[in-house]
Amino acid sequence: MVTFLSLAVPVILLLLIAKPFGHYLANIFDYESGKRSIGDKWLLPFEKLVINISGLHTKTQNWKQYLFALMATNTLMIAIVYLIFRLQGVLPLNPEGVASMEASLAFNTAISFMTNTNLQHYSGESGLSYLSQMIGILFMMFAAPATALAVCMAFIRGITGKKLGNFFVDFIRSITRVLLPISIVFGLAFVALGMPQTLGGPVTVETLEGDVQEIAVGPVGSFLAIKQLGNNGGGYFGVNSSHPFENPDGISNMLQIILMFLITASLPLAYGKMSGNVKQGWILCAAMWLMFASFSAVAVSGEYSGNPAMEQLGIGAGQASMEGKEARFTPAESAFYAVTTTATETGAVNNMHDTLTPLSGLVTLANMMLNTVFGGVGAGFMNVIMYAMIAVFLTGLMIGRTPEFLGKKLESSEMKIISVTLLLHPLLILGFSALALATDMGNASITNEGFHGISQVIYEYSSAAANNGSGFEGLDDDTPFWNVTTGIVMYIGRFLPLAAMLAVAHSLLRKKRIPESSGTMRTDEPIFGGLFIMCTLIVGALTFLPALVIGPVAEWVTLYL
Amino acid sequence: MNRSMMKKSLVVPAIKDSFLKLNPLKMVKNPIMFVVETGFIITLFYTFFSPDPSLRPFHLAVAVILLVTILFANFAESIAEGRGKAQADELKKTKKEVKATRLDSAGKKTVVYSHELRKGDVVFVEQGELIPGDGEVIEGIASVDESAITGESAPVLKESGGDFGSVTGGTKVISDHLIIKITNNPGESFLDHMISMVEGAKRQKTPNEIALNTVLISLTLIFLLVVVTMPFITGYVGVDISVPVLIALLVCLIPTTIGGLLSAIGIAGMDRVTQFNVIAMSGKAVEAAGDINTMVLDKTGTITFGNRMASELIPLSNRKKADIYYWSKVASKDDDTPEGRSIITLIDNEEALEQQLYENGEFIAFKAETRMSGVDLADGRKVRKGAVDAVKDFAKQHGGTIPDELEQIAVGIAEQGGTPLAVAVDQNIIGVIHLKDTVKPGMKEKFAELRRMGIKTIMCTGDNPVTARTIAGEAGVDEFVAECKPEDKIKLIQKEQSEGKLVAMTGDGTNDAPALAQADVGLVMNSGTSAAKEAGNMVDLDSDPSKIIQVVTIGKQLLMTRGALTTFSIANDIAKYFAIIPAIFMLAVPQLDVLNIMKLGTPDSAILSALIFNAIIIPLLIPLAMKGVAYKALSSSKLLRRNLLIYGAGGVITPFIGIKLIDMLLQFIS
Repeated sequence: MVTFLSLAVPVILLLLIAKPFGHYLANIFDYESGKRSIGDKWLLPFEKLVINISGLHTKTQNWKQYLFALMATNTLMIAIVYLIFRLQGVLPLNPEGVASMEASLAFNTAISFMTNTNLQHYSGESGLSYLSQMIGILFMMFAAPATALAVCMAFIRGITGKKLGNFFVDFIRSITRVLLPISIVFGLAFVALGMPQTLGGPVTVETLEGDVQEIAVGPVGSFLAIKQLGNNGGGYFGVNSSHPFENPDGISNMLQIILMFLITASLPLAYGKMSGNVKQGWILCAAMWLMFASFSAVAVSGEYSGNPAMEQLGIGAGQASMEGKEARFTPAESAFYAVTTTATETGAVNNMHDTLTPLSGLVTLANMMLNTVFGGVGAGFMNVIMYAMIAVFLTGLMIGRTPEFLGKKLESSEMKIISVTLLLHPLLILGFSALALATDMGNASITNEGFHGISQVIYEYSSAAANNGSGFEGLDDDTPFWNVTTGIVMYIGRFLPLAAMLAVAHSLLRKKRIPESSGTMRTDEPIFGGLFIMCTLIVGALTFLPALVIGPVAEWVTLYL
Repeated sequence: MNRSMMKKSLVVPAIKDSFLKLNPLKMVKNPIMFVVETGFIITLFYTFFSPDPSLRPFHLAVAVILLVTILFANFAESIAEGRGKAQADELKKTKKEVKATRLDSAGKKTVVYSHELRKGDVVFVEQGELIPGDGEVIEGIASVDESAITGESAPVLKESGGDFGSVTGGTKVISDHLIIKITNNPGESFLDHMISMVEGAKRQKTPNEIALNTVLISLTLIFLLVVVTMPFITGYVGVDISVPVLIALLVCLIPTTIGGLLSAIGIAGMDRVTQFNVIAMSGKAVEAAGDINTMVLDKTGTITFGNRMASELIPLSNRKKADIYYWSKVASKDDDTPEGRSIITLIDNEEALEQQLYENGEFIAFKAETRMSGVDLADGRKVRKGAVDAVKDFAKQHGGTIPDELEQIAVGIAEQGGTPLAVAVDQNIIGVIHLKDTVKPGMKEKFAELRRMGIKTIMCTGDNPVTARTIAGEAGVDEFVAECKPEDKIKLIQKEQSEGKLVAMTGDGTNDAPALAQADVGLVMNSGTSAAKEAGNMVDLDSDPSKIIQVVTIGKQLLMTRGALTTFSIANDIAKYFAIIPAIFMLAVPQLDVLNIMKLGTPDSAILSALIFNAIIIPLLIPLAMKGVAYKALSSSKLLRRNLLIYGAGGVITPFIGIKLIDMLLQFIS
């Protein structure tokens, strides 16, 4: 019962928060309609000051200007952070004398944090200086989700018939009115739950055996809030949220789950509000929760079915699989966290996904391959809308009209952009997986032979392409091959869809809105939610079926049957 | 025009054409089928040069099925084209080279061939001659037989000026003679246009078709990617997959069903319009018809019959009902005007008159000066019916007095949009006949249907607002514009379009031309002027303006058929995966047999069954592609639910059954 509650409570709380929070998001980003937003009184002067100091402007941009602003700022940030990583050995704020980072690893890490992926190929807490931690990591943990949230809001404004807006305004508001305030509140909550929050050095203790041990601490509480809220997922400690200081108990675990969902599960409601029909948002929201619930059920039952290989050895007979899990979390909490972190493309882990039973591993993979069960802040929701558009396009013809989405016709120009974007995800995942598996450079890093090795590789590229950042962790991935290829995958997987969706929004924005009639295909009815799920599964998942069959499914049947 | 679908005369050339279309240069225009053809060539290569000879029969089987798949797709396109060609051939017979008599400015006649005629030439056409080209009548009145184009055998009257001045090349003058100014150069005539449209020679992909094609190509590329990467991924665990098997998987997954039928659907959609005796100038126009949000309709001729018919006979209060019936009949007995006949029809339908009619009398016809008609009876009594004022004067002249109630009744009728006719016998006014413009039967139901489809109807009429409101209410249109001038129509269309709506209208007159050009779908009556025909994008050969409603249905059907078959095609993939994937991996991982939920016999038979199903579903769906998905005027939600159930759920289930059956058959044979 307690186990069940620990899963149900966060979901119920999120369902209750989604609407007010979604409407809050709609309010603060709906500035193009000329309305005043919540918080203008205190924050607007400050935001204006920031923009003025930076020499930027707040004028409405067209999609190309918007895209240029976002690409310029993001690329610049990648360059700066790359240099810091490369030079951290000689730069200040390096009391522990951490060496400068190798080129391919710096390339990978800089992109990883700018793309909201947080794939960490460097070795845990010892690979970065304080300067790198603060500028490279913490700064990007705000900048990356703020970028995606900004683009997503511009996209929503575009498809709901408003102007695209201004990137700098969106970016700054994302930080001042969303990420920062919530991070402060939850940071304090995490500290109250017992996480360390200090800038002091490591704590030296004497163990029971009389040895001396150094225990790493740091500003974990504040770090954790933005790590979860921004769907970043990069751990303060190498083992991420399975470390007792990064996730002390059931309550902190639950809060982390809520934070991962908070923005991304509220965005559909913000979209519904901005489109003028809240039901539009609820339908997508419901469809995604339904997919999430089914995936969770598979994962949880997968973990409770135990591991036959262990049973043959005479250990843990009849018990749930506890390999790679923390004893303070139930297998249900671990599996649920795994599904949440992959659904929201966060990448934080409270257990080692490499040791998940094959079906749970399959579910986590599916989440990243689909990238439509909420997905990461902003980027996920744009992908969701893209699939909704595909669903409308493929089936909308069946009512005898050119398919329309929110009153705008979906025609060749939009479908061309969407078609290319649709091709991208399988290209990055399957293309690079094939490359890695077929070459020694790639497959030398695999630590488990056989079907599981395939899962490791596919997981790594899925995680990179979906900007998730979690690893199967079995992979020995700090090699130039893996650093460079995943770096490329993360970069393309991030920015090309952002650009494409801005272009789609622009293309739709130019069209006249056709008034709704009884002949309009409705996207605010339950049947559309079903269509969205079917379309996601058929168009999205069938692509990866062969790879999944020879990976986790083959592993499952050989282990259990 | 011919409606049969699978005549031998069509099938034989279509089969021949299917082989000609195998030419890769032609095939590349259909990327999906081009992928299949490439797969076929590679598999054929493996059939002869496979490193393992024992696999050759299997490879051959795959190659043959792939070839058949392509042929089926080609056949679908050929048969659709063939029907158009057959129609075009019939039209071409009309387009015989004829001799024409050209008049120069001095009036001198020269005999030339029709192909020598240029725009602006003036020709003289005698009774019994074919009109040599499209043109405007500048002199003369004649009846013309247009059956070659319209299929309508009754001749039509053509005269200079007004809306009956346009003639079409290839039609025949059957009485009198006409002087015609030619309006088109050779090769640009209406007939030429019509031939190229039905032949499909000018067929360009429509916007929606292009968009759909883009998505289908994207899906094809995705599956190509899946199949190309697969051996590299599976190679890691030592599972080798032969190239023909990969090709079989690829062909099963890419949307060959819709890819093979897509152009046939487009051609057949145009063809359905043609069979309906409407010539669409482009496929785009037909597609736009399906998207129409607003329909602007003329009242007269489209919604109403246009002539006034008796609807009620009202006696004055001092008269009996039988009196007005009796005298109205007497006055109208020999009246041949539509109004007169409608009075007789009304009386005969409602009341059997007991009294014998006076047989002897002299009929007085309607004249513009008198504005009355009637009968002078043998006993000297004069019976008249006509405009209320005229009849009043008539009664006064005979020494009668006019009761006040007459005026009241007349005004009441006028307010309802009708026309009052007073009936008098000498000095006595008997009562009033209520004439009104009658809505065509079935219009109300049609408008209700349109409303369910989400289409707004606006009626335009030159009538006063009172009359307009009455007719609008009776017909059940959503809105009306009274006292409507041609320029009001353009404004109306522009206003609707500015709200993002697509507008359809019908018209025939030259003054309709700007509005027809402005509308997204302009259906022009064949009887209309050539200016109007040029402005619109569809011509109705039967000149029946209410056909616009069916044209919309055909447009919707076209889009629906495309959507239904796309959904069906993509939904098929689930079953095909469940047939092929276990077959591929079963040798390496025997436990994967759990995925073989259809319990197919052997890996080879599983692959072949899926491939055979994939091939034969194309010809099985040809009739549906040609006929189009049945359209029902339901709300979009109901329509979607219905079609999703049939083509979505059906698309998931059908291949499971089909593949299983084929597999059983293969097992049985071997």
